[in-house]
Amino acid sequence: MTAVIEARGLTKRFNDNTVVREIDFSVSPAQCFGFLGPNGAGKTTTLRMILGQSPLSAGSLSVFGLSVPRHGSKVRKRMGVVPQTDNLDPDFTVVENLRMYGAYFDLRGDGLARRIDELLEFVELADRAHVKISTLSGGMRRRLTIARALINDPELVVLDEPTTGLDPQARHMIWARLRDLRQSGKTLLLTTHYMEEAERLCDDLVIMDHGQIVDQGSPPQLIQRHVEKEVVEIREAATVANGLLDSLSGCRTEWVGDTFYCYTDDARPVVAQIDGIDKLVFLHRPANLEDVFLKLTGRDLKD
Amino acid sequence: MDMSLPRLKSRSLAIWKRNALVWRKLIGPSLMINFGEPLLYLLGLGYGLGLFIGEMAGMDYLTFLASGIVASSAMTTATFEGLYSVYTRMVPQHTYDAMLATPIEVDDILAGEMLWCATKSLINGVAILAVAAALGAVSGPSALLALPIVFLIGLCFAGPAMVISAISPGYDFFNYYFTLAITPMFILCGVFYPVDALPEPLQAFVQLLPLTHAVALVRPLVAGQPLSDVPLHLVVLLAYAVIGYYIAVVFARRRLVV
Ligand SMILES: Nc1ncnc2c1ncn2[C@@H]1O[C@H](COP(=O)(O)OP(=O)(O)O)[C@@H](O)[C@H]1O
Ligand SMILES: [Mg+2]
Repeated sequence: MTAVIEARGLTKRFNDNTVVREIDFSVSPAQCFGFLGPNGAGKTTTLRMILGQSPLSAGSLSVFGLSVPRHGSKVRKRMGVVPQTDNLDPDFTVVENLRMYGAYFDLRGDGLARRIDELLEFVELADRAHVKISTLSGGMRRRLTIARALINDPELVVLDEPTTGLDPQARHMIWARLRDLRQSGKTLLLTTHYMEEAERLCDDLVIMDHGQIVDQGSPPQLIQRHVEKEVVEIREAATVANGLLDSLSGCRTEWVGDTFYCYTDDARPVVAQIDGIDKLVFLHRPANLEDVFLKLTGRDLKD
Repeated sequence: MDMSLPRLKSRSLAIWKRNALVWRKLIGPSLMINFGEPLLYLLGLGYGLGLFIGEMAGMDYLTFLASGIVASSAMTTATFEGLYSVYTRMVPQHTYDAMLATPIEVDDILAGEMLWCATKSLINGVAILAVAAALGAVSGPSALLALPIVFLIGLCFAGPAMVISAISPGYDFFNYYFTLAITPMFILCGVFYPVDALPEPLQAFVQLLPLTHAVALVRPLVAGQPLSDVPLHLVVLLAYAVIGYYIAVVFARRRLVV
């Protein structure tokens, strides 16, 4: 099947600052494709180019086989967008927001009214249909933004950090809705800096840093490729005798803040060595995407 | 910079509709301003000054002033909408960003905004004419012909106002535009006295300003006097509208599509 999005040598410069550097990727239909990267990696800029809201500095980009930004308007007709910063229309109620957005897609009448009812059910806002936007919580606003992005029954839904800043309940609710969308055959493209989100939702993802794609694959592939199977984390490790940490057998070791990480394919000897030591707090777990991310994008603080 | 010519598409009407729906929600305060201001001007200035002035340019001063205010209010109404409302939706409120994630493009948005600015001028014009008619300052039903002109005046001033919005770093910047453009026109372009009362060089200068041409069309229609130089006046108003729109689209693209 042909790709929904195909990017070759995609590049974006602002003045002299190159924020997306010759990236290649392709998104298959009915897939959830993720961009995982720290703040400033260039995720939003990449999405804006896909929407045709930002001209390319170099490279080529096609969506649904149409070149972008040239056919931006045509492409956006078949796409839904959940932007990183909330831009619901504050002059309108919940249902008016959806109705107006439908009008931007040239939708009207009974068909639109039915669609709005379905979508309000889908995001569990039916009881809020007639309240002003300003009375909604952050989670509700995000759900409404998702409903808004679905008004035109899009083939591709693009979500820029859909759960950033939300509490865990709201986040889980949105994850469930996104899985529903994925089940119903829509293609999802999402950016996130939450590993858990990427791991739970994405079939395929790219890790992005400093405008470049560092690696690409499914979450299990990336974990297998870059890190050992198991991890032992020692918390507040600065208070532990250095001699002990150095002596841990057969580990690749890392420090992040005051936590000491020991990566190994078999952690049993390590655990045997440290178990029972007074005041030593440790966690033994399978490696996850966060470990890959930290390894590939470095441990220095970003923002 | 994307200088490509805008194309007019029917979807710009969705933006007009959006604004009309918001306006309908706030119809009370809006109409208060629409009717209240001209009433104050016409009662206060028209009767007050009218007592001393009597006639001006062959008509009652109240009629002279009312016809001038019809034109100048079309200017200020469209200008306020094209500055404050357009800027609010373009920058702090991110309303245009949301629209630009749909098939709508920058040229559609500004076309819809411009139509809306002119629509507000028209609503305002209807209010003023109604007040003026109630005060006996309107010659007859032919004054209704001034309304399409009022709509055109709205388009004419919406264009340049949206240019200012598109380049403005903030609301304060609008003060320059009012002080350097709008207020001088309000005072110099024949709203309160005929432009031939001005010194010669200034008379030539005000012929370049759109409000002069707006007044020159509206006044005879309201007063029931013969029109002159109609094509010239129409072309000037239309030129400000069209060129203003085009420049506004180019600058708004530079701001929004980056
Ligand atoms: N309009 C702009 N002008 C100049 N620099 C920008 C602009 N938009 C984004 N940037 C810069 O591009 C880089 C990538 O930003 P962004 O794509 O928003 O990253 P992310 O979404 O991954 O956090 C940042 O350094 C940001 O400052
Ligand atoms: Mg971002």
